[in-house]
Amino acid sequence: MSIEPPESTVSPSEGYSEGYSEGSSSAPSRRTFIATTAVGSAVVAGGLIGGPSVFGVEPADAATQAPPTSSVSVTVNGERRTVTVDNRTSLLDLLRERMGLTGSKKGCNAGACGACTVLVDGQRVNSCLTLAVRLDGAEVTTIEGLAKGERLHPLQQAFIDQDAFQCGFCTSGQIMSGVGCIKEGHTGSPEEIREFMSGNICRCGCYVKIVRAVEQTAHGK
Amino acid sequence: MHPFSYTRATDTRQALHAGRDGGRYIAGGTTLVDLMRETVERPRTLVDISALPLREIMVTRRGGLRIGALVRMSEAAAHRGVRALYPVISQALELSASAQLRNMATIGGNIMQRTRCTYFRDVTAACNKREPGSGCAALHGVNRTHAILGTSDDCVATHPSDVAVAFAALEASVHLMGADGERTVPFADFLLKPGSTPNREQALRPGELITAVELPALPRPLRSGYLKVRDRQSYEFALTSAAVALHIRHGVIREAKVAAGGVGTVPWKLTAVERQLIGRRPSDALWTKAAEHAADGARPLQHNRFKVELLKRTVERQLRIVGGGK
Repeated sequence: MSIEPPESTVSPSEGYSEGYSEGSSSAPSRRTFIATTAVGSAVVAGGLIGGPSVFGVEPADAATQAPPTSSVSVTVNGERRTVTVDNRTSLLDLLRERMGLTGSKKGCNAGACGACTVLVDGQRVNSCLTLAVRLDGAEVTTIEGLAKGERLHPLQQAFIDQDAFQCGFCTSGQIMSGVGCIKEGHTGSPEEIREFMSGNICRCGCYVKIVRAVEQTAHGK
Repeated sequence: MHPFSYTRATDTRQALHAGRDGGRYIAGGTTLVDLMRETVERPRTLVDISALPLREIMVTRRGGLRIGALVRMSEAAAHRGVRALYPVISQALELSASAQLRNMATIGGNIMQRTRCTYFRDVTAACNKREPGSGCAALHGVNRTHAILGTSDDCVATHPSDVAVAFAALEASVHLMGADGERTVPFADFLLKPGSTPNREQALRPGELITAVELPALPRPLRSGYLKVRDRQSYEFALTSAAVALHIRHGVIREAKVAAGGVGTVPWKLTAVERQLIGRRPSDALWTKAAEHAADGARPLQHNRFKVELLKRTVERQLRIVGGGK
């Protein structure tokens, strides 16, 4: 599995010159290419009503051209950010590589370990399997956005109280998943918590204490 | 991951236009993005259909249930109507994947998901499903988790879905929309056995879109449930599974709907088991006798012979759980 950091680094303030339109630039630099495709995709969105031909836009050949990019506005931990991303960028890479939010971890990068769990529009999801380009208008909460100032989220505190981690690599994913689990109401019994937390693997084997931490937060015990 | 262009369809007509032009639909994306990263899937254009109005669960006029293609697995599993009318479906869903994946993955995408065969996922291995004509590395390879029913010399990969097993048992139908209009396909005809074209997995025409899965009205009371046997207790694909629904009246089984998962190249409807049950009175002896037919026609491979007996026992146990027994 390869990690592909996004190619583009255009900031939203400089990326959208009206001067560019599709095909107008014969030898585009990377920057003008990005601007061109960004404008181009806006045309695609607008042109859809007119007919199918707008989908005939040829995808870039990786060997000769920069890969297609898109502009996305996403609210992360309450702060709205507009970024241009390579369409292939996962939410996890956007958070870690572009926004400096490295609390969400890359374990398997295949939806099998849960270390990358974040909330999107209040729902726990695997950020490694979420394409950032699809999140226009979405609200994302990561482990960095859980505490209120210096006050930890009750589940963060419960993980400390219950000593629910050793190496800590899976912990942010466990906590974000636990927040989702509690919100979904799947905390009726330790068995139910275990089942609904099974998407988060802990190599240190702290499962018993993780279940206790979720119980403590859900039921105050 | 290969580069791709991305577009978001805001209505069905737009989506169909894009699909007709070769765009690949993406809903939850939990299978597709994973396989794109492995370069097993290399779409040039992704058409995001998540904004389409296909997210409703409705009781049909005939008393069945229509589940929109974009209903999330977690939403369908939690839906009161689904839980009340078809426990086999909510159970199959909740025994699938993880809570995170169920929040992302959709019903339409679930039945479209591709096999977990390790050779299919490994682009350096021979695989007729991925690369027609390249051979099948699983046939004489590490095939412990592979299919024993519906296989061919070209492909022995299982269909990985759980809820599709429940759909097969209940004789659901799949609603499709294409440039030429709408049509409905029986679930049994929707997923294709590999034969000599394992790369063809569904009876979809180019650009066609799944809009809903419909469950027929079944006589009530109906008891149903799903049993899944796997290498670990949770968050794992089935080695074997059984979806069972029984309508028992005046002590006699009037309707029996049974299908198995983890064993077939498609969800495997167990008509021979159903035939053994209808018209008879529930008893332990009956469950054992009927389940004897669960693996009829099985062609086990070198490493998955155990599935023949495991399948019979899985079906027997689930018949007893659902039908009761003495």
